[in-house]
Amino acid sequence: MIEFIIRLALLFCSISMLGLIYRVIKGPSVADRVIALDAIGVNLVAITALISIVLSSHAFLEIILLIGILAFIGTVAFAKYLEKGVIIERERNH
Amino acid sequence: MSFLHLAIVAPLILSIFIPLFYRIFRQIHAGWFVLPLPILLFVYFLTFLPETMSGKSFIEMINWIPSLEINFTAKVDGLGLLFSLLITGIGALVVLYSIYYLAKNKEKLNNFYVYLLLFMAAMLGVVLSDNLIVMYAFWELTSFSSFLLIGYWYERDKSRYGAQKSMLITVFGGLAMLGGIILLYIMTGTFSFTEIMSQANEIFNHALFVPALLCILLGAFTKSAQFPFYIWLPDAMEAPTPVSAYLHSATMVKAGIYLVARFTPVFGEHFLWFLLVTSVGILTLIWGSVFAVKQTDLKAILAFSTVSQLGLIMSLLGAGAAALHYEFLDENIYTVAVTAAIFHLINHATFKGSLFMAAGIVDHETGTRDIRKLGGIMHFMPITFTISIIGAFSMAGLPPFNGFLSKEMFFTAMVHVTEMDIYNLETWGILFPVLAWIASVFTFVYSMILVFKTFTGKHQPEKLDKKPHEAPMGLLISPIILVSLVIIFGLFPNLLSDSLISPAMASILPSLLGAGEEFKVHISFWHGPTIELFMTLGIIILGLVLYKTHFRWKKIYKGIPEKLALNRFYDFVLEGLQSVSYKLTNTYMNGSIRSYLVYIFAFLIVILAATLFGKNAFMFSTSNVSSIGVYEVALAILVVLGSICILFAKSRMTSIILLGAVGYTVSLFYVLFRAPDLALTQLVIETISVALFLVCFYHLPKLRKFETRMRFRLINALISVGVGAIVTLIALSAHSSKLFDSISKYYVENTYTEAAGKNMVNVILVDFRGFDTLFEITVLAIASLGIFGMIKLRLNRRKEG
Repeated sequence: MIEFIIRLALLFCSISMLGLIYRVIKGPSVADRVIALDAIGVNLVAITALISIVLSSHAFLEIILLIGILAFIGTVAFAKYLEKGVIIERERNH
Repeated sequence: MSFLHLAIVAPLILSIFIPLFYRIFRQIHAGWFVLPLPILLFVYFLTFLPETMSGKSFIEMINWIPSLEINFTAKVDGLGLLFSLLITGIGALVVLYSIYYLAKNKEKLNNFYVYLLLFMAAMLGVVLSDNLIVMYAFWELTSFSSFLLIGYWYERDKSRYGAQKSMLITVFGGLAMLGGIILLYIMTGTFSFTEIMSQANEIFNHALFVPALLCILLGAFTKSAQFPFYIWLPDAMEAPTPVSAYLHSATMVKAGIYLVARFTPVFGEHFLWFLLVTSVGILTLIWGSVFAVKQTDLKAILAFSTVSQLGLIMSLLGAGAAALHYEFLDENIYTVAVTAAIFHLINHATFKGSLFMAAGIVDHETGTRDIRKLGGIMHFMPITFTISIIGAFSMAGLPPFNGFLSKEMFFTAMVHVTEMDIYNLETWGILFPVLAWIASVFTFVYSMILVFKTFTGKHQPEKLDKKPHEAPMGLLISPIILVSLVIIFGLFPNLLSDSLISPAMASILPSLLGAGEEFKVHISFWHGPTIELFMTLGIIILGLVLYKTHFRWKKIYKGIPEKLALNRFYDFVLEGLQSVSYKLTNTYMNGSIRSYLVYIFAFLIVILAATLFGKNAFMFSTSNVSSIGVYEVALAILVVLGSICILFAKSRMTSIILLGAVGYTVSLFYVLFRAPDLALTQLVIETISVALFLVCFYHLPKLRKFETRMRFRLINALISVGVGAIVTLIALSAHSSKLFDSISKYYVENTYTEAAGKNMVNVILVDFRGFDTLFEITVLAIASLGIFGMIKLRLNRRKEG
């Protein structure tokens, strides 16, 4: 039973990822794409978690954390880039 | 280190000190320091005469590279001694001549004598080495020192051209000879000539025998200026006249003759040897003599005459090799050819040396060597005239000079060739005496032109730079000694027969001699009204007629020889090689990395496919394939789709993101195949590299930022598909043919017990195989330092300010 539910969940995750990928490709503005990529990262977290249940191993929990961090950093970097044109500023006005 | 070795290297040792003497004693001509050495050596070599006359030879050995069987073995036998005496004797005369010929203040005498001494040592080494590799080393040294001597006046274009030409041709032949030596070594297992000679019969039918024969002959023909390699010799006449007299008449050009004579016991019985040596010799003889008539420069006439006379000696050696077919000495009429060859070798060295020196004197005292400007200087230079006329008459083969005797013997040998009952010579052997006779007629004509056009006729003072007068006595000593020898050997030829010719024949034809026997050489002036005498008479009559009328028929030369001149062919080939290789290099080295990648990948495909299918290595079995799950299929589709979309993406941004997507999917593969550490690293690295790509993309120059799709190129498509296919095939074959189990079991069992860790990947990285990790760390360090350096260190920009 649990097996079936997990597979179903994986399928839904994949479908949602496809929808997000469509948004990445189509997305009229850059902000749309960035949001879609961030959501893909969250989906990846979910997929990894589900797969580690399938494989019945907890070796992949670190990967989940890592994807979360990377997605966050990536999104923040994009946001800053969109806002200011640069990611790391050279002169800092304290 | 014996005296003999010291004698060979003595000129080398002296050559070290010559520049020193030259610097210290500026008032004394440097040649005086050189002169004693060849005289001493000549006397030293004379002491070997009794030994070689009794049929013995003298061997001294010092080890050089014993592990490779290369030892400096010096051997004095009849042939070697004859050449050593020529080299040192004429060497001494040439040094004496050069002292008066080259001015003390104007010339670079230190260079000249260093080169000359190098050459002398090299020549002695060639003729006295028994070890073939050592002989080859000296052989190349003769080529180099000859190159230096020809290019002595290096500020002249023609000198450099001549030096380069002679270098290219003789080194080409030298390398061929090295090939022959190595082939001989493969066949016999030794570099020692004496041992090779003793195995001559065993290797006769070896598959490498003929290639070795051809290689050795190529070396001999190029060095001795045989057809068609004679072309360097006339251009070598740009050297100072003492050099021409020494190298290009008496010694170096006879190195090839020496080689042929030396190898006759090994190769002589083979038909090819007889055919090539005899016919190339005859061809060179007639070609050289015909072309010599055309020349107007004294030294050019002499150069072509040298070519022709060398051909004569060569053909005699070839005919003499036929004597090896008859296993007995009595009434073996073909040995006369060898006698004639050696006799003419000596004679040629004497008369040609004197003629060159005479030509040098004429040049020195009148300022020109052109026979069209010269004429009527007999009264100004009576001694030079006498020298020239004796030399030229000897060259033409007139009695009572030594050239007459050797020419008679030459005819005898050539007539005997027609009587041979081997190789079908009854039918086509008649060509040899006929060609020899025609060539001798031309020899007569150019000899007459050489003397009478220069010294008789009308004096033309307006064409000469200087007022002609007789040369100083010092210049005349050497040619006078040489022409005295011409007369002495002419009148008393048997002086030489027992002392030099017979021992030399014993080294050329050793198999014909039983124990204690020796060749009985008797050269007689008058041997009755034989066919040779009538041939000589015919030469004189026809030659005189042709000489008297030569201004009429000389016009024929204008049409024919230009087309036949091999110089043009040489220049054409040299130029062609340069331009063709330049074009070739420019075609494939076009500077575009794309083309180079095409070559690299195409080569990869061809070589791998050929190996895979040529060795029948392709295998495909599914025996150890695990089952395929639905997740793997889904991920694989993602990777493939991503990769294909990269190819067709319109903007670079899309490509970068798709590349990132492929990378992330790969990390999902790692998750699926249970490699958490890899997945972690892959995710982080992929993120960073995508970020770096974006940085690069952002900084593209605005002007070139075309957003175009990648263009389709058929070749690129074919090659990329090919590379993919071939790598896939190899992966399949490799996976299908696992030969032994993996060693991972050891790690599984010992990770915790031996290394105290539970994460096997990490234990392998830092414990079992930590060395790799260390240097991966180094790679990263270098990369980061490199990036830092590239960004910070902007030398160019700083220079521009």
